[in-house]
Amino acid sequence: MKVAVCIKRVPDMEMRFSISGDRKSLDGSGLKYEMGDFDGYALEVALQLVEKQGGEAVVLSIGPDGVQETLRKGLAMGAARAVQLKVEEVPFDGLAIARALAAELKDGGYDLILFGRMATDTANGTVGPMTAELLDLPCVTAISHLDITGARGTATRELEGAAETMQFPLPAVLTIDEGIARPRLASLKGIMAAKKKPLEVKPAQIGEVRLVVESMALPPDRPPGRIIGEGADAVPELLRLLQTEAKVF
Amino acid sequence: MGPILAFAESRNGELRKVALEVVTAARQAADSAGGAEVHAMLIGGPGIGTRTDSLGRHGADVVTVVEHPGLGRYSPEVFAATVADRLRSNGYRAAFFAASAEGRDLAPRVAARLGVSLASDVTGFELKADAVLVQHPAYTGKVIVALRLIGTPALLSLRPGSVTPVESPRTVRTEALSPAMDPATSRVTVTELSARGSTRLDLGEASIIVSGGRGLRAAENFKLVEDLAAAIGNAAVGATRAVTDDGWRPATDQIGQTGRLVSPDLYIAVGISGAVQHLAGMRTAKTIVAINRDKDAPIFKIADYGIVGDLFEILPRLTEEIRKVRKDH
Repeated sequence: MKVAVCIKRVPDMEMRFSISGDRKSLDGSGLKYEMGDFDGYALEVALQLVEKQGGEAVVLSIGPDGVQETLRKGLAMGAARAVQLKVEEVPFDGLAIARALAAELKDGGYDLILFGRMATDTANGTVGPMTAELLDLPCVTAISHLDITGARGTATRELEGAAETMQFPLPAVLTIDEGIARPRLASLKGIMAAKKKPLEVKPAQIGEVRLVVESMALPPDRPPGRIIGEGADAVPELLRLLQTEAKVF
Repeated sequence: MGPILAFAESRNGELRKVALEVVTAARQAADSAGGAEVHAMLIGGPGIGTRTDSLGRHGADVVTVVEHPGLGRYSPEVFAATVADRLRSNGYRAAFFAASAEGRDLAPRVAARLGVSLASDVTGFELKADAVLVQHPAYTGKVIVALRLIGTPALLSLRPGSVTPVESPRTVRTEALSPAMDPATSRVTVTELSARGSTRLDLGEASIIVSGGRGLRAAENFKLVEDLAAAIGNAAVGATRAVTDDGWRPATDQIGQTGRLVSPDLYIAVGISGAVQHLAGMRTAKTIVAINRDKDAPIFKIADYGIVGDLFEILPRLTEEIRKVRKDH
């Protein structure tokens, strides 16, 4: 089984962000980067499938040379090789990214192509299903359970207040939600091995970008928090404020 | 200007609330751009065509009904092919979807089929002559990105709850359309749709959410949270990642960076310290109440009303007082 996992390098979301002088991008100074949360789950799913069924997992990422660190992390976790589709700036437009990925994946002979359900930075969740459509492959998005038997798969995805089970033939594209598998930590041996694994760099075929950033802003600060009292005796005051000030009851 | 298509989401033969939000948004966009028709599109099993009234009431001029025995459940390939086919006609200026689980699956497929870009999970939009300007919360809600979407039709998915359904009645014309492909030939098929927590209100649709964290100490103590939600009446129950990781609550209840992002009118955080990962999912609530024993917990930095103390004493009292208030009205 040959599995491709498309991963993204994203800023550590625990950090405090500030906007740079052009008002169109984040101030990059001091930003730390990591693999997107959901991409980690996707890679873990791929590694477990390959361990069970044989074959190889390949990690791909679009971006500047900084993404090589993220790709090396994927290799350290157990991917066999890595591909960087090089572009100085990753566009916001999911279709532009999907086109570049589809061009690379098209003739790769992959049985499965996995994505995280969305990147935690741009929070669009569009690249996976768009890539599937461009490649004309069956696709199930945001799955939290997966079973592959032979050339068929069954996946479950969570909806609002319900769950959907879907069946599909391979090859297929899947986007992975949380809860399916906890990403492993890279072992020291894995980290050493990763340094010798192949990492291929190719230019990304990013076409026209038609979803462009006009500006970025920090959301307005919430008013500072207010403690209105201690213990159960504060409950009547809370209700009074909710009724008269917040007007929710 | 060409018409605007509003994809009206349904489940089990009933319209979902997001369908009315999407139609309302399309109506507002059409009116603000000097007037255009709104075409709602409704796809489902036999009988779905009887669900058109409220779409007209919320501003649809036309409801395009695609009724087929094989479409009682969502079918990604058939829905995408049918919506994309429709959008190739009539000179549609834009198409609105909900950024719900279904809309997030459907809209990118339609966009890729048409070769147009999609603005995903938007909280605000403005139609211009040559582009659509949208607002999109990104970086776990810590950054608001203003985007310019170029191309026709412009595809947008709307964050649930960001538009309140407003009535704007029209004389609605209904038209029937066949699916663009035979559902039996779809490669991906939904074999099961199972309800989770059937009677509970969905987190995305609730105007009030009561949410619990580790401070509740044990799964069974969530009864206190359930009781409060029941006393309020129209409230949903959420949880932190720590709680869903421990299996006290289902994973679908998780609010936060890797769970649901919610913006209710009122968010009551019970026994929640306020980790960044959790705040990312609820910081846009209109009013936040926090109940926690640790006065230094980060949740108190953003809570409009905080009570420091033992939730096992405070919660039953709050539930009791709210029952009294609800009885008076």
